[in-house]
Amino acid sequence: MTATMDEQQEGTSRRNFLYIGTGAFASVGVASVIWPFVDQMNPDASQKALASIEVDIAPVAVGQAITVLWRGKPVFLRHRGAAEIEEAGKVDIGDLKDPQTDAERTKKPAWLIMVGICTHLGCVPNGQKSGDVKGDYNGWFCPCHGSHYDTSGRIRKGPAPLNLEVPEYSFLSDTKVKIG
Amino acid sequence: MGHHESNYEPKWGIAKWFDERLPVARMVSDQFIVFPTPRNLNYWWTMGMVLFFFLIIQLITGIILAMHYIPHADMAFNSVEHIMRDVNWGWLMRNMHSNGASFFFIAVYIHILRGMYYGSYKAPREVLWLVGIVIYILMMAAAFMGYVLPWGQMSFWGATVITNLFSAIPLVGDSITQFLWGAYAVSQPTLNRFFSLHYLVPMLLVAFVFIHVWALHVVGSNNPEGLSVKSSDDTLPFHPYFTMKDMYMSVVFLTVYAFFVFYMSNYMGHPDNFIRANPLVTPAHIVPEWYFLPFYAVLRAIPDKLGGVVAMFGAIMVVAVLPWLDRNPIRSLRYRPKARFFFIVFVVVAMLLGFLGAKPAEGWYVTASRILTAYWFIYFLVIVPLLSKMETTNRRMPGSITDAVLGDHGKLPKDAQTASSGQ
Repeated sequence: MTATMDEQQEGTSRRNFLYIGTGAFASVGVASVIWPFVDQMNPDASQKALASIEVDIAPVAVGQAITVLWRGKPVFLRHRGAAEIEEAGKVDIGDLKDPQTDAERTKKPAWLIMVGICTHLGCVPNGQKSGDVKGDYNGWFCPCHGSHYDTSGRIRKGPAPLNLEVPEYSFLSDTKVKIG
Repeated sequence: MGHHESNYEPKWGIAKWFDERLPVARMVSDQFIVFPTPRNLNYWWTMGMVLFFFLIIQLITGIILAMHYIPHADMAFNSVEHIMRDVNWGWLMRNMHSNGASFFFIAVYIHILRGMYYGSYKAPREVLWLVGIVIYILMMAAAFMGYVLPWGQMSFWGATVITNLFSAIPLVGDSITQFLWGAYAVSQPTLNRFFSLHYLVPMLLVAFVFIHVWALHVVGSNNPEGLSVKSSDDTLPFHPYFTMKDMYMSVVFLTVYAFFVFYMSNYMGHPDNFIRANPLVTPAHIVPEWYFLPFYAVLRAIPDKLGGVVAMFGAIMVVAVLPWLDRNPIRSLRYRPKARFFFIVFVVVAMLLGFLGAKPAEGWYVTASRILTAYWFIYFLVIVPLLSKMETTNRRMPGSITDAVLGDHGKLPKDAQTASSGQ
């Protein structure tokens, strides 16, 4: 009898150990296999390869703007006039929803370069063409849900939470910009 | 499925042999032929069968469309026109599929409102209700991704706005949107995976519809009186009484559907979707399909990005938890006049929100959307719980379904037998 009971007790604890051990190894194994199935959805190598472009800005006169496609997104390059720069510079930073000075948003005051995607829900704001509605602050206006941006692309009115994003860029020369 | 004694008797030897090995004929007989169903069901109870028909239509036409459609950003738009012009009967398949989605939603909205009016979400049908909400959310996912596939302007920008909803999540929002897109904007990888998922969701839908019917057959149908079934007098076999009633309404629905398919096939679509997707130009007014408009109005009513997204998802979630907001034991609003009044106001508010969702977000439209959005939440979170506690019925409820149907005759079955012969 005693032998059987010892056996049972020993067997039970060995079993518990094996159950828990097997379960733990199985969980770790499954968890480590899940990641490739999830990560395959993230931007792939061909998407990442499109990460930078070079733009010739020589033909863009003062007061004009061009839109280029970078990573599938429109990028606004605006050649600003003195009035626009002055207007963007004299804004009281304390009034802004996403406080940023105009100097923080540009490398050369004449060139405002930013991703042309409204930070609310991703529409392309109007304001690149001379005939466009530019909103209450004379910059850009998003028609989808009514966000107004100023001449520095900062959010001034409407549901968007942030200023238009400034991408990573550098001037390769006076007439060439590398975005990304 | 249900807790009923089976009275299926196989007639032939082979049927008996098969029944002992796989009782599928017994299941069909028990659940869909003799299944006891409240005798007083009205036409609001026919939507289940109508929805079943539209699910089948969507599955068949969808499988066919997938044989001719190309999920590539450069070719998708043209392949849809190819289906419309070149593929034999392609125009019919596509019109049936696109309009089928709308009729699916018409039927499901009637089905949901029927459940709300007659208290079909109350004990013991809470799980049935929750499974229904899961089905509704899956339907919205399928409809949204399906609308993206033609790769027109509204497809592209609808996809952009909806996927950007997730960018409102603090910290991880941008990573999530890039994960959903497979790129840095809605583009080829997004279209390709939406096609894959648009094919997956219907399989999930079929599975959840099965669970929904299972849950229904465990507890049985509710009915317009909201009374529980007390005796076999209260019920009739599902076939032929309710199969015929359901078939009749299905034919009515299919007739109206056919009219749309053949004569107004683009009525519920948007003209901008005849323009190929252009990531550089946003349409002046982005409008979702009509069945999303009330929620879109809620989204735009809140002047804050995260707040708007939370309100929009919250507007669906308050419907999901209705069984726990309304604990009044009386199911049917026939016997709750106060609750009925506020429910009718809610239906009107939901329709007005749909109207406002189609309008630009400016001027009085925004003000009206805010007031109506407030009512939506006040209705579920304040009015319903308060009435649930306060309201007691002021009309005498019938003692049973049979009483309700037969009036005095039902109460005196023995006397009624002799009396009825003289009628």
